Amino acid sequence: MNEPTVLRKSGPAKGGPGGTSLSDRVFRWLAICAAALAALLTIAFFLQLAWHSYPAFREFGPGFLCSTQWDTTEMKFGAACAIYGTLVTTAIALLIAVPTSFLTALFLVEIAPPILSRIFGCALDLLAAIPSVIYGMWGLFVFVPFMQTHVQPFLSDTLGLSVIPLFDGPMTGFGFLTAGLVLALMSLPFMSAIMRDVFRMVPAVVKESAYGTGATTWEVARDITMRYGMQGLLGAVFLGLGRAVGETMAVLFIIGNSEVISASLYDSGATIASILANKFAEAEGLAKSSLFALGLILLCITFAIQIFGQLWLSRIRKNAGGGL
Amino acid sequence: MKSPFRKLAFTAALFCGTLTGIAATINGAGASFPAPVYAAWTYTYNKTNPGGDRFNYQSIGSGAGVSQLKSGTVHFAGSDDPVKEKDLKEFNLTQFPMLIGGVVPVVNLPGVPKGQLKLDGPALAAIFLGDIKKWNDPVIAKLNPGLRLPNLRITVVRRSDGSGTTWIFTNYLSKVSEKWSKGPGNAKDVKWFRGSIGAKGNPGIANNVAKTRGSIGYVEYAYAKEAGLATVQLKNADGKFVVPDVASFAASASGADWKNSKNFRVELTNQKGANAWPITGVTYIVLKKQQKEKEIARKMFQYFDWCFREGGKTASAMHYVPMPAEVVALVKDSWKEVK
Repeated sequence: MNEPTVLRKSGPAKGGPGGTSLSDRVFRWLAICAAALAALLTIAFFLQLAWHSYPAFREFGPGFLCSTQWDTTEMKFGAACAIYGTLVTTAIALLIAVPTSFLTALFLVEIAPPILSRIFGCALDLLAAIPSVIYGMWGLFVFVPFMQTHVQPFLSDTLGLSVIPLFDGPMTGFGFLTAGLVLALMSLPFMSAIMRDVFRMVPAVVKESAYGTGATTWEVARDITMRYGMQGLLGAVFLGLGRAVGETMAVLFIIGNSEVISASLYDSGATIASILANKFAEAEGLAKSSLFALGLILLCITFAIQIFGQLWLSRIRKNAGGGL
Repeated sequence: MKSPFRKLAFTAALFCGTLTGIAATINGAGASFPAPVYAAWTYTYNKTNPGGDRFNYQSIGSGAGVSQLKSGTVHFAGSDDPVKEKDLKEFNLTQFPMLIGGVVPVVNLPGVPKGQLKLDGPALAAIFLGDIKKWNDPVIAKLNPGLRLPNLRITVVRRSDGSGTTWIFTNYLSKVSEKWSKGPGNAKDVKWFRGSIGAKGNPGIANNVAKTRGSIGYVEYAYAKEAGLATVQLKNADGKFVVPDVASFAASASGADWKNSKNFRVELTNQKGANAWPITGVTYIVLKKQQKEKEIARKMFQYFDWCFREGGKTASAMHYVPMPAEVVALVKDSWKEVK
């Protein structure tokens, strides 16, 4: 038990009093610098983006946020289309990924036999490791034609959903819906991995007591694991959200890249990230500044999401074990 | 991209062992339209030039290339649209034409034999304005009496990024359609109609058109060839339908008045001539008039001179048109401005 104290005492004796205190100080400073780097970089990012986007905000004022124009010839820019596209695709992604990853995690932790759980778990981790540009290529070459020839006609004609404006539009295979679906696939492994961990935090003793009182697997899942993990879900959702909001390459391939706000999910659109990737190389002056402003908005959104998600998760970790 | 270490090692090796002075690394960047030819040229030149100089060209887009030149990170830029007079003056730049190439509409039309579809300027503009929505529209049917056109929705694929290719394409559309010139107009990035699909770069458009039934897009001719896409025949200013190829691009270039042009600013779209392809464009090299390092400048002109002398064959093989001899003479005359 006293070992650490002994070691610390013997430290100065070995290297001499001056040497150790110097290496200690160097080490201390290196550690501080390394840690400060992250914080400084974050601040620098904000400052740089704010500095470069200032001309756009000065020219367009707060109206920049709600203007739907993106006109390089007239030099009039607004962020509304980009924000709209980002929100819509993210919403579609979450709508599909949240329940799916919830069920996946529940299955892995509660229902699947250990071997199956490990195999599926590995598959999920592999899915998470696929680079986003691969999703984009797959989206363009496989998923877009599939959407055009099968999914969109099925939704609109077979199911008759075209009476709703959401599903009434040109069936090109590109657009908000396709991008949202691919984003769902991309955020799914992240969300289910976190949910799996959250569910695993449920103390075995609590579950076993429930089984002891005669509860079935479904009852334990519903009343113990789910209730326990419910708070963790939001944290997982927020981390998945972070991925969906900032995704660039995959979206760029399949969203159709039009700066419009449209009621139809089949219409081609654009997200903040896709506009940045598309327009940056050729932009000058006010156009460039407007792109920086879009970047600032994106950074603020992802930052808020991350902070909220982390706070929420840490709250759950603190409460874990005492919640029930 | 080449690793900087390799470049460094290469330069260092030459530095130690060379007999004839120091080999230079000269960087260019810009237009993607002529990039396939520039890549082939730099490859051959790097292997054969006696000084061991290394030329690099990065295809990053016309606008990006010119702004890199302005900020001094590259030695020369490639641009598909002539640099504005104001910018040439303000940043003390000069430009000269390097190659001529064609922009071609490409289609994915199941059931229609490749290269058989005929369009004219107004019809093409109407398609890209979203006014003609189906392939069996009477306007298209009238131009193609022999073809059975499918009852298929037209999906318009256009560039999502600013591009010199778009500049050439919209330059043509502005000349043949009043609605186009008053609407989207002639620019590197225009306001496209709602429902069109944006794709990044020439390869992006080629991919999307290849994958989407009933689609139409526009790419530089070499990209259409490479992807094996169906091109269309266009009605030119003489009222003749022409097939896109090196001969019809060259026919467009022959009528241009280079001598009286200002800073070689000519437009080769919608030119007269029985065999002239109507969407032809010039791609330029842009330089700073005031060169800091005289040696680099000398080597650059040595290279450009080599391109004009030896590069023609490669360019033609890749479906671009080399500059006619009388234009090359004018260009070389203009090099005197660079100090």
